[in-house]
Amino acid sequence: MASESELNAGIEDGVRRRDFINIAAVSFAGVGAVAVVLPLVNQMNPSADVLALSTTEIDISAIQPGQAIKTSWRKQPVFVRNLVEKEIAEAKAVPLSDLRDPQTIDERTKPGKENWLITLGVCTHLGCVPLGAAEGENKGDFGGYFCPCHGSHYDTAARIRKGPAPTNLVVPPYEFTSDTVVTIG
Amino acid sequence: MSFPWAKPYEPKHPLMKWMDEKLPIPRLVYNATGPGYPVPRNLNYFWNFGVLAGAALMIQIITGIVLAMHYAANTGVAFNSVEHIMRDVNAGWFIRYAHMNGASMFFIVVYLHIFRGLYYGSYKAPREMVWLLGVVIFLLMMATAFMGYVLPWGQMSFWGAQVITGFFSAIPLVGEPVRQWLLGGFVPDNATLNRFFSLHYLLPFVILGVIILHIWALHIPGSNNPTGIEVKDEQDTVPFHPYYTAKDGFGLGVFLLVFVALTFFSPNMLGHADNYIPANSLSTPAHIVPEWYFLPFYAILKAFTFNFLWIDAKLWGVIAMFASIALLFFLPWLDSSPVKSSTYRPLYRIFFWVLVADVLLLGWCGMQPAEQPWVILSQLGAIYYFAHFLVILPIVSRIERPLPMPNSITEAVLAKHAPDAASGPAAA
Repeated sequence: MASESELNAGIEDGVRRRDFINIAAVSFAGVGAVAVVLPLVNQMNPSADVLALSTTEIDISAIQPGQAIKTSWRKQPVFVRNLVEKEIAEAKAVPLSDLRDPQTIDERTKPGKENWLITLGVCTHLGCVPLGAAEGENKGDFGGYFCPCHGSHYDTAARIRKGPAPTNLVVPPYEFTSDTVVTIG
Repeated sequence: MSFPWAKPYEPKHPLMKWMDEKLPIPRLVYNATGPGYPVPRNLNYFWNFGVLAGAALMIQIITGIVLAMHYAANTGVAFNSVEHIMRDVNAGWFIRYAHMNGASMFFIVVYLHIFRGLYYGSYKAPREMVWLLGVVIFLLMMATAFMGYVLPWGQMSFWGAQVITGFFSAIPLVGEPVRQWLLGGFVPDNATLNRFFSLHYLLPFVILGVIILHIWALHIPGSNNPTGIEVKDEQDTVPFHPYYTAKDGFGLGVFLLVFVALTFFSPNMLGHADNYIPANSLSTPAHIVPEWYFLPFYAILKAFTFNFLWIDAKLWGVIAMFASIALLFFLPWLDSSPVKSSTYRPLYRIFFWVLVADVLLLGWCGMQPAEQPWVILSQLGAIYYFAHFLVILPIVSRIERPLPMPNSITEAVLAKHAPDAASGPAAA
């Protein structure tokens, strides 16, 4: 048992040398622990091969007006839809104030190519693939896409109109490399 | 840690004496599940389910370790390796069906265990810590079961993983990065399958650890009982062994009969046929549903179809679903009535049964497509679920007038079995 005077040895401003050593040691160990935890947490993030941004080329020449195809980019489904005049008109007729995620059809298509609606086929609610791309599938109440998992309805510009999804179907980065070929990514 | 009249452990054989000095495991067993642990004399069969849950966990761990010897966690071969287990591995079909149905049996007994705790007020002081640890075990079980369901890499596995990790994308700002961190990609893929397998193997042992804490915390006040009256003296108790080892043994026999009946005669009854189709990231099954034990919570998730205040529908659904379980952590303080057992709580008992009906309704709605009338029923069911815990329970526990209670467990037991003496406790 150390005596009172021994314990108080080296005391300055009410701080014992032992307190300083304790705090320094624990802080040092803490910094070390954080340094080890960071890579352990970071290893869970997408790895380099997953991140390697791939591009997908799509030949759209065979898609007739009113039809749509389903393809994939980064393992996620992509819908490419050739809209008919009526569908474009329907999408334009909707006032923006009626939309949960207000966007015009022009913002969601390329200039001069507004009949080509290209979106991810991933419902923005919990990630199911909505119906409506293939012939005869349920297109929902607004003639676009319908997600059967939790009942989200998208319109002809793939904008969310009804149900739990918070945002419109995502338009991926893409460009027309020619009149009949689209490169996504 | 036990009652003063607990029988002391006195090893007689020299070997046992030697062991007691070096590593007193026989002492621990004697004092925890042997004659050295006095337990209320009036426990009914609802008190079997804790032991049954422990048995179910052990069955899962043993069958799971065996399955891991034949399974391969790679998206290219996972589905086929499960078929290999079913067709080629000796008795593989039996071990896999036992593991599949063992998960359901685990949830059945745990739900009955929770039901017992709610009905007889086992979550109240002095057993709050037992209850809190129990909720932690329940959460760990759900995580483990979900990750296990992903491993066969069928359609339901894949889309279950997609939807459930999608919950995290509802978190504002960091949601999508968190989801990608969990998946290790943009969609469930090989990285996801590998980490889920690793965690699915780990978590049961974490559950085992928390169960040890759960039992440790239980053994400090000792078990609750159907009267909810605490043990007063020796005549209120019997030693755990042989009385409850026998009673639990009988219950275990019944449990195993149900388990093997399910495994041998109807192994796929509780599963989904879609999970025998290999995962396809481009096509969602027409009707995706989680495993039966998640249905009530899934219905609460689906109940939110509209934006409300400044929070969107998706986030509401996810918050409500997690809140419906997190609420259980506050239960010991939401119910302020000092009376534990529903036997003496005429008002609470009514609302308790309404809650049971409500959870069954939610479970049923969880199975249905996202259409009317199921959506409105889920909404009403979800509102009632939260109202029960946050409004009804606090009010009932304040205004309720409990029925007259016997003075002790023994008095209650004697009144029940000797009608002539019944006037005693009822009048007193």
